[in-house]
Amino acid sequence: MANYIIKRLLQVIPTLLGITLITFLIIQLAPGNPATLKLQMAGQGEMGESAIAQQIIQQTKELYGLDKPLIVQYLLWVKRVFTLDFGNSFKDHRPVLAKIAERLPITIQLNVISIVLVYLIAIPFGVYSATHADTFSDRALTLFFFFLYSLPSFWVAVLLIMFFGGGDFLDVFPVYGISSIGADSWPFFRWLTDRLWHLILPVTCLTYGGLAYLSRLTRAEMLEVIREDYIRTARAKGLSERVVIFKHALRNALLPIITLLAFLLPAMFGGSVIIESIFSIPGMGQLGFESVLSRDYPVIMAITTISALLTLVGLLISDILYATLDPRIKLE
Amino acid sequence: MRQQRETPHTYWRMVWKHFRQKHLAVAGLAVTLFFFAVAIFAPLLANDRPILVRHSGQWYWPIFSGLERVGPYHWKELKRDNLPRIYQGDLGAPGDFAVWPLVPYSATEYDLLASLEPPTVQHWFGTDDRGRDVLSRMIYGARISLSVGFVAVGIAVSIGILLGALAGYFGGWADQLVSRLIEILLTIPTFFMIIAIIAFLPPSIYNIMVVIGLTGWTGVARFVRAEFFKLKQLDFVLASRALGASSARLIFVHMLPNAMAPVLVSAVFGIAGAILTESSLSFLGFGVPPPTPSWGDILSQSRDYIEFAWWLTIFPGVAIFTSITAYNLVGEGLRDAMDPKLFR
Repeated sequence: MANYIIKRLLQVIPTLLGITLITFLIIQLAPGNPATLKLQMAGQGEMGESAIAQQIIQQTKELYGLDKPLIVQYLLWVKRVFTLDFGNSFKDHRPVLAKIAERLPITIQLNVISIVLVYLIAIPFGVYSATHADTFSDRALTLFFFFLYSLPSFWVAVLLIMFFGGGDFLDVFPVYGISSIGADSWPFFRWLTDRLWHLILPVTCLTYGGLAYLSRLTRAEMLEVIREDYIRTARAKGLSERVVIFKHALRNALLPIITLLAFLLPAMFGGSVIIESIFSIPGMGQLGFESVLSRDYPVIMAITTISALLTLVGLLISDILYATLDPRIKLE
Repeated sequence: MRQQRETPHTYWRMVWKHFRQKHLAVAGLAVTLFFFAVAIFAPLLANDRPILVRHSGQWYWPIFSGLERVGPYHWKELKRDNLPRIYQGDLGAPGDFAVWPLVPYSATEYDLLASLEPPTVQHWFGTDDRGRDVLSRMIYGARISLSVGFVAVGIAVSIGILLGALAGYFGGWADQLVSRLIEILLTIPTFFMIIAIIAFLPPSIYNIMVVIGLTGWTGVARFVRAEFFKLKQLDFVLASRALGASSARLIFVHMLPNAMAPVLVSAVFGIAGAILTESSLSFLGFGVPPPTPSWGDILSQSRDYIEFAWWLTIFPGVAIFTSITAYNLVGEGLRDAMDPKLFR
């Protein structure tokens, strides 16, 4: 076991370097370089003088090490990643890490709520489908989840806004932000209901896809497990169907489903980019979208790197968990 | 030699036999073929020129020949004079007529006087904020969706097969390298990375295809790698090697055809994914450059008129949803049909 963990940890090193290399290359790919781009942005302001402009280019180049050879630039970037120093945003010159830190809680809030909902709803449906395999209700559920899975989330978001967010149809839910204006000074209970009211539509959009995917997966895993010999043994012992399904079958079927969590993270962030920008939610996703629009390189690189790091840690934990929990897995 | 050719033939025939029994999968296949036909025949389905014109005893095919006018009138004037319909009246001489396509509008033709019209007899799916016909834009949008889907998946499958085969066949450091590469792509938030790269590159449909392809090969590579690990221990591979077959011959002639089933399945799912990514990109404003029509682009316009312009939301959304569902149904049908348990 210890050997496996050490080996797995060693494998993380090249992956980490690969992540930093790819984010570094994305920046190199951009037309012009950050220095001239920053200059263009400054030029739109009052600084038109070319002498001042040259000075700014020089300063920026030095700041980002752009006057050094490519390999040195990359090493500098790696060093900064490992000290979690992502520099300042081009847009408002605030430290990138501070900007991310203030946006991250909102995205985490959204995604944690939707992940919890996904698991809470999907697993019972999946188990039901598996225990009622090939009945009418199983087929209907499977088909329903299949269609749900194929629905593009941005379309669902627009439809929900159209039908429930004012306009010619119903006006039930707010479609802008995560709180009403002035909600910060409200008493807690009122603040909470207001927040939940705002979260319903975006959380719906973030949840249904994963829900459909996970319940289909739960069904498949359960069907697989139910065929195993130990389930037949459990039934032969005379255990009640309840105990067989929930204690013997579900626990084994849940293993791959729980460890799937790590893979859900990048997809969830991708979803956040779209959903947060549609609903104007000031989270990481919206920050990412805005930074791409304004070509705010330091923010783009920081977001890509940080979410990749988080996912990598998630993958590592899920691999180790899986290996610990399931003794059938050979550790080679 | 003859036998080698017959074996895959019967295999695919059996796959087809199982596939055909799944009504939903067959329905999905029918829908994909329908979208294919729409994409291929788009200029004949929606065009501001007539398909066929009879003028002064002569036949003309304006769509094919690029003819601007016949007789005194330009096509546009003719269309404005009459209600757009399939048969148009007199072109100057008795017995003249013109046959317009089903949708007598091109995808880019403006008519600011007819902007944001709900569905009418003239514009079956309404018009957008520049008075362009939504149905016509959707018909041409099918071309974008399909070409992005197929080219991106083609790129992804080629890379996936190559890297997966190398990793599975050689194992060792080649496998380590490919596995790390896959892990990197799995951890990086792919959609965000695609947006960032697309935003930095000049807007073009080819960049979108390439970027989706370059980031989408991991699934195929993992399947091929796993298959190759199994295959390389089988007797027929060992036999060919003992007969002196080169690695390239072993990989591409002997092993790859036996690993194609999972590749095909993930390619079909990949098309659905690529169509989704393209429409999401267009929706966010990073898609094909205007005025090229795309389903996601029409949807993105709808956001400005969301209070009332339901036709800008419903129709392109249904098109995206239907095509994604169709490919997913085909993919699932194929996967079930290729399940080796069925062949026992």
